[in-house]
Amino acid sequence: MTDNGRPRTLFEKVWDAHTVREQSDAAPAVLYIDLHLVHEVTSPQAFSMLRERGLMVRRPDQTIGTMDHSTPTTPRNELGIIPIADAMAAKQLDTFSRNCSDFGIPLYALGDAHQGIVHVIGPEKGLTQPGMTIVCGDSHTSTHGAFGALAFGIGTSEVGHVLATQTLLQNKPRTMAINVEGRLGEGVTAKDIILAIIARIGIGGGTGKVFEYRGEAIRSLSMEGRMTVCNMSIEGGARAGMVAPDDTTFAYMHGRPHAPSGADWDAALAHWRTLPTDAGAAFDQELTLRADELIPMITYGTNPGMGMPIDGAVPAPAAEPDFNKKTALDKALAYMDLSPGQQLLGKAIDVVFIGSCTNSRITDLRQAARFIAGRKVADSVRMMVVPGSQQVKLQAESEGLDEIFRAAGAEWREAGCSMCIAMNGDQLQPGQYAVSTSNRNFEGRQGKGGRTFLASPLTAAASAVAGVIADPRVMQAN
Amino acid sequence: MEKLRRIEGSIVGIPVNDIDTDQIIPARFLKVTDKAGLGKAAFCDWRYLEDGETPNPDFILNQPAYAGASVLVAGNNFGCGSSREHAPWALLGAGFKAVISTEFADIFRNNALKNGLLPIVVDRDTQQQLFSLADEDPGTTVHVDVEAQALTLPDGRRVDFPLDGFSKYCLLHGVDQLGYLLALEDEAQAYEASNPQRVTTTG
Repeated sequence: MTDNGRPRTLFEKVWDAHTVREQSDAAPAVLYIDLHLVHEVTSPQAFSMLRERGLMVRRPDQTIGTMDHSTPTTPRNELGIIPIADAMAAKQLDTFSRNCSDFGIPLYALGDAHQGIVHVIGPEKGLTQPGMTIVCGDSHTSTHGAFGALAFGIGTSEVGHVLATQTLLQNKPRTMAINVEGRLGEGVTAKDIILAIIARIGIGGGTGKVFEYRGEAIRSLSMEGRMTVCNMSIEGGARAGMVAPDDTTFAYMHGRPHAPSGADWDAALAHWRTLPTDAGAAFDQELTLRADELIPMITYGTNPGMGMPIDGAVPAPAAEPDFNKKTALDKALAYMDLSPGQQLLGKAIDVVFIGSCTNSRITDLRQAARFIAGRKVADSVRMMVVPGSQQVKLQAESEGLDEIFRAAGAEWREAGCSMCIAMNGDQLQPGQYAVSTSNRNFEGRQGKGGRTFLASPLTAAASAVAGVIADPRVMQAN
Repeated sequence: MEKLRRIEGSIVGIPVNDIDTDQIIPARFLKVTDKAGLGKAAFCDWRYLEDGETPNPDFILNQPAYAGASVLVAGNNFGCGSSREHAPWALLGAGFKAVISTEFADIFRNNALKNGLLPIVVDRDTQQQLFSLADEDPGTTVHVDVEAQALTLPDGRRVDFPLDGFSKYCLLHGVDQLGYLLALEDEAQAYEASNPQRVTTTG
């Protein structure tokens, strides 16, 4: 569909359809927000602001709450309740419950059968739909772009703006097409695609931009795989990443609780089919990668841009001509206690974490479980598997995946953000090494002094079994 | 939000690229329900030794010569990572009024501006000059004029920096952006009248 005959990108179509007031020299554009996701950590100060000013939540029927960041993932007690040991977390969760209740916002609270990571439950409930604008006080809101929505993280002040007005001030970002051509090889996953992209463009490469992921390799991904890719757009500096909706999208959505049904479904489908970027539409920037040249990726440093093919060697700061980059690399290798030129394959690890809004969905758990079935987690390794939502957990249990993980010696936990952000007691000890399917390897991210290697669920499972960083392709061949 | 018209302050440099929000304030401090008292958590894991209490004498913010610095000069791409607005709250709580870098992550920049913490984008040469000045002459003071969008260095050199007109207005007048959006209620209603609700979370 074109506007005045001018071909438009997917992003432009969604942006244009949500513009309440155009951007001008005097002010940014005002965008209408279709869906606002809220959680306990970035909302309390926004609700306080509403109370101070005597404001209501304008559209509680377009707002949904879940508890995820500071919730424990320890087992339920004999009453079926998940106990909260941390008094501050308990207070924050109580505050959130009260805020949702007072302002009429539906909430999936801790213990609810639909509770889970905010970026897992949105799509799971069919709330996330093509062509929508979606925001949340969480940078990984980019996840929802997998459905062809414009979805991005906002700060707490902006959470307040959206609660009060259902609109948001935004300067229009530039666009960047990321074409991933060809087909992925065996043992190479969506996570490896996005880690390769970020290693290529750097963690600031997408600042001020919205990515659109395109090409055969993206089209071939499941919705869960597309979510993994879009999820880490922010690690490349882009607030949002999008994939054009297609039959894979529609098949995933059909029949979900909040998805349109009956005649509404047909009408929605007809609209969604108009969303993909028009032929001839221009992007501000383009990048092309070959999927068939990718192998499993792993990070070696302290940001997600410090990644390499798993058989690579840690780069040498001395070879880095840019002083600032050299300093950052020096600091990263000192923190990670790694040496220039060192191979990571065979490096001993202490913890494996499978979870987070990047890689905690049913397909991620199936991949890891298939790999680990009949094998044992190395004695020296603690392996945690944290499903992204209670529904993912139930589904996995119905397929017997929990038994596979337990039999291998892994911990099977309750749903939440867990060791991705290490706010809830699930954390690394100082000096420990983890292979993690999460999204950030920043210093201390998974616990003060902890050291993180980001990788796919397959690489994580292979490393758990080997007790060292391992290439899942090699072990599978054996 | 208080009005921010000018800043006269001494600089301190952290010449590290890609300082992420987990360094500015680690996630374990996000279990609060208000904004107060986060200053002590700023750069916590760099500022304190392993016990979390003893100041790390090697970290620049703990060196007496830089006590009271209110302008932070940082490496490229400052504030990348999470959307936590606790990052500018912590920096403000630690006494900073402005951060100078060559580039800021989008969400951090937005959050900073909404709280009266000024992100100042300069070119690489200016950034390096400021690192050198801070290093060689602790207590070096710079002057920032928000209205003129100008940073003045000790040698009198004036460096212009970008600032969108809307954010500038809000900083100069000490108003937040919500008032502007609330005043557009009619336009929001008109939008809703011509665009059917796309999803319902209730029911």
